[in-house]
Amino acid sequence: MTQAIAPAPETRFPEPTDGQKPKGTPSAKRTRAVTRPLQYIALALYIVFLGFPLLFLLITAFKTPQELQSPDPQFLPQQFNFDNFVAAIDKANLIHAAGNSLFVAVLTTVIVTAISLPAAYALARFRTKLRGVATGWILLSQVFPFILIIIPLFLVLKQIGLVNNLFGLVLVYTVWSLPFALWMLQGYVAGVPVELEEAGSMDGASRFRVLRSIVLPLLAPGLVATSLFTFISSWNEFFFALVLIQDPNLQTLPLTLARFVGAEGQVQLGQLAAASLLATIPSLVFFALIQRRLTSGLMSGAVKG
Amino acid sequence: MTVAATATKPAPTPTPNRPRRTRNRGFGGGGRDAWLLVLPALIPVLLFSVYPLAQGILLGFTDAKAGLNQVVTFNGVDNYSKLLTNDLFWNSFRIGLIWAFGVTILQFFAALGLALLLNLNLKLRWLARTLALVPWAMPPVIIAIMWRLMLNPTYGPINGTLRALGLPGDTNWLGDFSTALPAVIVVGIWAGMPQTTITLLAGLQNVSADLHEAASIDGANALQRFWHITLPALRPVIVAITTLDLIWNFNSFALVYVLTAGGPGGQTMLPMLFAYNEAFRYGNFGYAAAMGNVMVIIIAAFLFFYLRSQARSRLS
Repeated sequence: MTQAIAPAPETRFPEPTDGQKPKGTPSAKRTRAVTRPLQYIALALYIVFLGFPLLFLLITAFKTPQELQSPDPQFLPQQFNFDNFVAAIDKANLIHAAGNSLFVAVLTTVIVTAISLPAAYALARFRTKLRGVATGWILLSQVFPFILIIIPLFLVLKQIGLVNNLFGLVLVYTVWSLPFALWMLQGYVAGVPVELEEAGSMDGASRFRVLRSIVLPLLAPGLVATSLFTFISSWNEFFFALVLIQDPNLQTLPLTLARFVGAEGQVQLGQLAAASLLATIPSLVFFALIQRRLTSGLMSGAVKG
Repeated sequence: MTVAATATKPAPTPTPNRPRRTRNRGFGGGGRDAWLLVLPALIPVLLFSVYPLAQGILLGFTDAKAGLNQVVTFNGVDNYSKLLTNDLFWNSFRIGLIWAFGVTILQFFAALGLALLLNLNLKLRWLARTLALVPWAMPPVIIAIMWRLMLNPTYGPINGTLRALGLPGDTNWLGDFSTALPAVIVVGIWAGMPQTTITLLAGLQNVSADLHEAASIDGANALQRFWHITLPALRPVIVAITTLDLIWNFNSFALVYVLTAGGPGGQTMLPMLFAYNEAFRYGNFGYAAAMGNVMVIIIAAFLFFYLRSQARSRLS
């Protein structure tokens, strides 16, 4: 990024013009005294904007239908009751849908991890034309609207009997999360020094041994992050599922919830909120686990790409 | 696509302490091994991603319809001449552009502000940082449900607050012709905050502290330092993330599908929703694919001009 920073030193010249500022710390302290409170106000506004909807969802999940319908709604529920959660699980067939989602997400994650690991290794270590092609495809696949892919995919899957079939969904999710997983993983592979591998092979370790005993352990955190990210993407996905799954028995969680919305009345808001919370928990937990790695992995993938 | 490639390319060059890479430093002879390793990933991508995509583009030049035993014939540019006079589609296109640009631009400023704050040593920073990440983990469907609660005309806290302040608090945000699109855009901003904020924050943390120090010793105030040091250094990151955001937003579906399903009266009918209805509600596969083709071309044109202008101003 040096070339981007390069022009910066010239900014020195305009400075002397604003003379009212004596150099050194006193002025810095004074401006800080003014700006700090403003910064805290801004931060507070962000916290409200980002956090309040979540808080409200949580609160709504605990309210009784009477409270929800009251013409003068109170912010906090009178008491914490879990009726909404029970009703939501019962009515929306939440458990069954969660089972479908879990099946699809786990299988997708396993397959994606298994096939993207060798590919990521190849992309990071062998500087062939493949690299350019793969990077190009990864980026290109972001530009095309899903509608272009889903129609022919729908036709193809229909021919081989994979519409209305969870395996069909797994297939689509695999292909669809592969580019991103590859992108992340190859960043992690690039972070493992080649010298370690060379040292290993010089000490007489076989190629497989080197990969298993040196590369894989170092890669483990990145692998975990990538696979959890794949899991979350599949768990959350909606569009492909909407098109490919019509059988109510095969619906994934997002589909079930979206259907729930259509039928909602004022009374059901609590159940809707409760169901939403329950459906968010898995990805939220996983996300908390990989949060730090994910952000660093994305950046290393981007920077080292 | 050179989108992120151009944007991120400058990064690796200036790290001189990285070991010099000869070709194929890993193991063995390179080419063939690389192919073997890539093959398991390549085959499904070719079969279920590249092939459908190519077919989808072709489908846009046919009269394909849903249903069994349909005879599909190429009809050249018929779909496109039909599209030209389809006011509903262009209206949806206009809405899609307002949505995509609205969300991307506003979100960029919101995320930049937040990233700058998170880069300071403020208390409660951890809370804002965590909250800024949460939308990433939430399914879009649930984000939409949550905001339907927020925007609910009678129960929702937004109208509740307005009423408490003595303002008219009975707006049906998602149901009113004039407020539906802005309301949906706000939700879009909320939902996309994590990616943009994190990317910008990571970019900020790469800005050289030495330069900042040097500039402040020379008397540059915070604004000047931001304008002359932070912003130029951040530029590649900004170009990359706004480009991606624009594409993602233009192609987004689930959020608005659950929020409004395109209503009221088509006021939030994003192009993806429109094409989805055309394909899977009315069964006009060929026509819907043609819409997809038009979307790609227009979004690619925007990206081309945007990236070219960015590349030019970087050179000058």
